[in-house]
Amino acid sequence: MTDVLLKVEGLVKHFRVRGGVVHAVDGVSFSLSPGETLGLVGESGCGKSTLGRLITRLQAPDRGRIELDGLDITLLSRRALRPVRSHIQMIFQDPFASLNPRSTIGRSLSEPFIVHRMGTTAERRRRVEELLDRVGLQGEHATRFPHEFSGGQRQRIAIARALALNPKLIICDEPVSSLDVSIQAQILNLLQRLKDEFHLSYVFITHDLAVLGHIADRIAVMYLGEFVELADRATLRQRPLHPYTSALFDAVPSPEPRAARSRKRALPTGDPPSPVNPPAGCRFHTRCRFAEDVCAREAPPLRKVESTHWVACHLVTADPAQRPRGPVQMARAGETSAPSRGPS
Amino acid sequence: MDDVVLEVRDLSTHFFTTEGVVRAVDGFSAQLHRRETLAIVGESGCGKTVTAYSILKLVPDPPGKIIGGRVLLEGKDLVKLGPEEICDVRGKDIAMIFQEPMTSLNPVFTVGYQVAEAILRHERMSGKEAWIRAIELFRLVGIPAPEKRVREYPHQLSGGMRQRVMIAVALACRPKVLIADEPTTALDVTIQAQVLDLIVRLKEEFGMGMILITHDLGVVAETAQQVIVMYAGKKIEEASVFQLFDEPLHPYTQSLLECVPRIDSFDSERPRHLRAIEGVVPSAADLPNGCAFAPRCRKAVDLCRKEGPELREVRPGHWVSCFVAQSNGGHE
Repeated sequence: MTDVLLKVEGLVKHFRVRGGVVHAVDGVSFSLSPGETLGLVGESGCGKSTLGRLITRLQAPDRGRIELDGLDITLLSRRALRPVRSHIQMIFQDPFASLNPRSTIGRSLSEPFIVHRMGTTAERRRRVEELLDRVGLQGEHATRFPHEFSGGQRQRIAIARALALNPKLIICDEPVSSLDVSIQAQILNLLQRLKDEFHLSYVFITHDLAVLGHIADRIAVMYLGEFVELADRATLRQRPLHPYTSALFDAVPSPEPRAARSRKRALPTGDPPSPVNPPAGCRFHTRCRFAEDVCAREAPPLRKVESTHWVACHLVTADPAQRPRGPVQMARAGETSAPSRGPS
Repeated sequence: MDDVVLEVRDLSTHFFTTEGVVRAVDGFSAQLHRRETLAIVGESGCGKTVTAYSILKLVPDPPGKIIGGRVLLEGKDLVKLGPEEICDVRGKDIAMIFQEPMTSLNPVFTVGYQVAEAILRHERMSGKEAWIRAIELFRLVGIPAPEKRVREYPHQLSGGMRQRVMIAVALACRPKVLIADEPTTALDVTIQAQVLDLIVRLKEEFGMGMILITHDLGVVAETAQQVIVMYAGKKIEEASVFQLFDEPLHPYTQSLLECVPRIDSFDSERPRHLRAIEGVVPSAADLPNGCAFAPRCRKAVDLCRKEGPELREVRPGHWVSCFVAQSNGGHE
């Protein structure tokens, strides 16, 4: 099991609300290798953040299984989770909300060491300075407070804190979404460099597909609690199979005016349905241009179409020769895996 | 140029705070033509939103104050108008769409009422007529089942639908100018594309001029004809959208374009490194001497740190304020 760092199987999380049940995460399976970055993309309410919080066990799943380095952490108690938590860290979108405004940066950064009873005061101080240096800040910043920093610098601090305990896996939940584009590029480059230096794996959650081209090795597209497509970065771009994936690519504004004006876009119509009581059958069928009768009746399983390419769509053929952009033909043949088995 | 609908001349808006004078907008000039989309692009704090607010005199005073310049709407100077008079312009001649549709709609009134209210503020008609007009507007902005939707409250609508309601409010009196301040930033990407398409189509139909305030160069490339880049309260470059993206002249514009994540990066072997701009956007209260971008500029020379460059027309229709771009004859 050395080539699998994280394994998630059939993860389910529902929230009961007035008027129904939010299907936040509904049967998600995947695995992550050491040193790999999995991009998780989807629109608001698709469950991507909930999935991140389940993996870090900030929330407990209703069903399913989470394995980290071969250890089943799905049902571990708070106490038993503590050593595990040093291996999984999380970075959030709003670095201001995730830092205590009344603690100095030094204090916030030494907290992980205090919680895990590591080092003497002097050692901790040294370690904090080293961490600040690694993320492009200075040791003297340790005595300052969060409000004295810009958004980009605060995100660097949040990254330093995530690195404190030498984690294997960092869940990045929209870490660059609230930053200006010039600062966003700095942080993406920093995350990429740190990944190599610290031998990290990332689950990188974002609503911005374009960002993933600069960070992700593999990408999972989520829609209303489910993975609809999973593939490596280049494959997803060159041969997106799910209509929703194609629509996401088409919707990204292109910073090239000529190309932007000449291209034809295939946008999904209407709004995403509410994750409270989502549509039956394929959840995307209400917005899909290609939807047929079967799509409204039966939920398509996530099945393997190539060694590293998984898709959940009734209309995708198994034969790559007949597969330009988007689904073309009805075909149910091919390697259909049992819905319970996840992609490896 | 008789098709100029709005002209801003040498506009300066400063904020007088306890920490000093913030020159949020400093000597800004622009012309907007009928049926044209003029994009003002820049990062947080560059002054793009304050520019838009200044045009409609929406800047909170104190601490803000328009200290100079003119805003000419078909020859009439809006800066000189009193509070009552400017209210007649807002919504009638110049309408505005904001980033956050939830905070711009009143939660205790139905959305139909809020559209009808905008109509009745400026036009003589009965409440019933205004209500019918509101339903028509809802249909125009692509809200399904408009007769039903007008009776709903903002919280019952999705973010995309709320933004469509805001567009309906803005268009209620057929304005000559539409100012859209980050109109799609809070929306999901598939909804953003729908709403942008809608705004562009309606701009054509109504023959409006549009000022689009955004940080997103992709949105600019897709919708604008003319582009102004702002940095630290100043216009640093202006050109047609094709000129600007084909050959950006200001080092800031060049760097900004390099920072934008692009879909074609998906094809590279490893996740592709982005060329970032080091440093941070300077605080408008504490600007460096000389060119405000000089501390972050990879082409800066000594002169840039001493003197501020003036805007110059380097090529026909392409204006830039940079000593270096100039000395290169406009080419890299």
